[in-house]
Amino acid sequence: MIVAVASGKGGTGKTTVAASLAVSWPRAVMAVDLDVDEPNLHLFLKPQITEIETVTLEVPEVDETKCTFCRACAELCQFKAIAVMGKAILTFPEMCHGCGGCMAICPEGAIGVTTRELGVMERGTARGRVACLTGRLRIGEAMSPPLMRHVRARMTAEAELQGADILIDAPPGVSCPAMSAVADSDVIVLVTEPTPFGFYDFTLAWEAFSPLGKPMAVVVNRAGLGDGRVYDFCREHGLPVVAEIPYRRDIAEHYSKGLVLAELDEGLKEQFAGLCRTLASLAKERDHA
Amino acid sequence: MHEIVVISGKGGTGKTSLTAAFAHLAESKVICDLDVDAPDLHLLLAPKVVREEAFHSGHEAVINADRCSGCGTCLDMCRFDAVVAGGDTYRIDPTRCEGCKVCVAFCPEQAIDFPSRHCGAWYVSDTRFGPMVHAQLFPGQENSGRLVSVLKKEARRLAEAGGHDLILCDGSPGIGCPVISSLSQATLAVIVTEPTPSGVHDLERVATLCDHFRIKVAVIVNKYDLNADHTARIEVLCREKGYTLAGRLPHDNEVTRAMVRCQAVTEGGDTDFGLHVRHAWTTIQGLLNT
Repeated sequence: MIVAVASGKGGTGKTTVAASLAVSWPRAVMAVDLDVDEPNLHLFLKPQITEIETVTLEVPEVDETKCTFCRACAELCQFKAIAVMGKAILTFPEMCHGCGGCMAICPEGAIGVTTRELGVMERGTARGRVACLTGRLRIGEAMSPPLMRHVRARMTAEAELQGADILIDAPPGVSCPAMSAVADSDVIVLVTEPTPFGFYDFTLAWEAFSPLGKPMAVVVNRAGLGDGRVYDFCREHGLPVVAEIPYRRDIAEHYSKGLVLAELDEGLKEQFAGLCRTLASLAKERDHA
Repeated sequence: MHEIVVISGKGGTGKTSLTAAFAHLAESKVICDLDVDAPDLHLLLAPKVVREEAFHSGHEAVINADRCSGCGTCLDMCRFDAVVAGGDTYRIDPTRCEGCKVCVAFCPEQAIDFPSRHCGAWYVSDTRFGPMVHAQLFPGQENSGRLVSVLKKEARRLAEAGGHDLILCDGSPGIGCPVISSLSQATLAVIVTEPTPSGVHDLERVATLCDHFRIKVAVIVNKYDLNADHTARIEVLCREKGYTLAGRLPHDNEVTRAMVRCQAVTEGGDTDFGLHVRHAWTTIQGLLNT
């Protein structure tokens, strides 16, 4: 079972919810941070890191002694990553998406492979039982999707091998990275806050994710703040509000210390234990549907 | 021409609320919402659209089932797992297709079309604070930074035509492509953070990105009274790295109240929070001319 925690708007509490679910999860679980731009889940789960892998992308390297400057590569490349000017050929590795087209199309076999560092993938364990996997984009690297693909491949392979459930902390927004983070999931948890910004971005997320046909559940964070439009929307669209986290200063202070919300008090502990059960039954309903 | 980009690394630290307040306080400017994925500034500024443009970027592969012989070349060559087998033929999953054209070029039946991709829309609008440029990407589209570049170019054109000496931009979270695009030609990055582990961690990453591009940094600590230790850490970081600490704002519901009223937090009477924001803006203005 794979649960993705997503939001549309940033800062609504995705990581808070993902960390709390991870420590409350009743079975073997792997917590995966796919917000590779700004991964934060490890700041709360504090895993012991046992493995750091540098993740790279294959980009072209031209052997100029073989190149005839025929331009086939430059004409194919959609990303302006390779250019031929007269009797010179230039590559711009930072623009390359790693499609391999130039290497395949070169009639002289003049284009070989070098790599660009995308970032790192860290594997660790928190509290002796929560497997943790994090992607961390290199500062200055523009493209997150290839690093995310690498982390997702490892996540799927390892969870299957160990029979573990997966909790994904997704990046904010509803563009390609957020969509790919929820693509593998059985259930999507949308975390929102009842403010005008929270509500608007929540409707964007609903619009983006509902065509995937996956069960969605809503967690309202900072409940009591702002206005009530998110509740009306959920009622109208048949979206279950499965948990509310109250707007309280002690919760904000607890978070500011890097502590896990489910461990603040008994009430919250029980609430997240219940949320784990609710999500499991939503995923099961989907299997039967 | 000055260009201020308000960013944060971490989402939800208060970028948009502060950008709206600066838009209220700045004299003559063009306002620009560079968060094209989940834009919110329009909720406070109620823009009246005067011009709308479709945004096309790149292309996408579409397999023509009638011509597909099912040879599987596209499946073998696609590095993005965008080719999906369906019966005797294949189709492309548009959410995975990066528009690289490899399948189009190598299909022996020439059965793959390559139309341009309609990714969203962008707008020029009027607001009570002046002209605004903004956009909305369709869900699931690649946020490549190209739309950000289009908006910045249009904002610059409007500023030059209208004699405005400031472009004020609301940025997006993260440190990837859209943020890198938004920093190009920026005079000053205003980084809004909060005294939490995530706030500090993400501030360090996005500020390093600004250093990398040699862009001057000012930092605003929102909710500074939530955690004295982290606020102190941020202040030390600013001193060590030479970032200007432009303001410390208290944890205050006034931000949400203003949002519910669809107002900037400095509009509608002087509040304690509003005064802090005005003070931060004065500091930022001072930085533009040094």
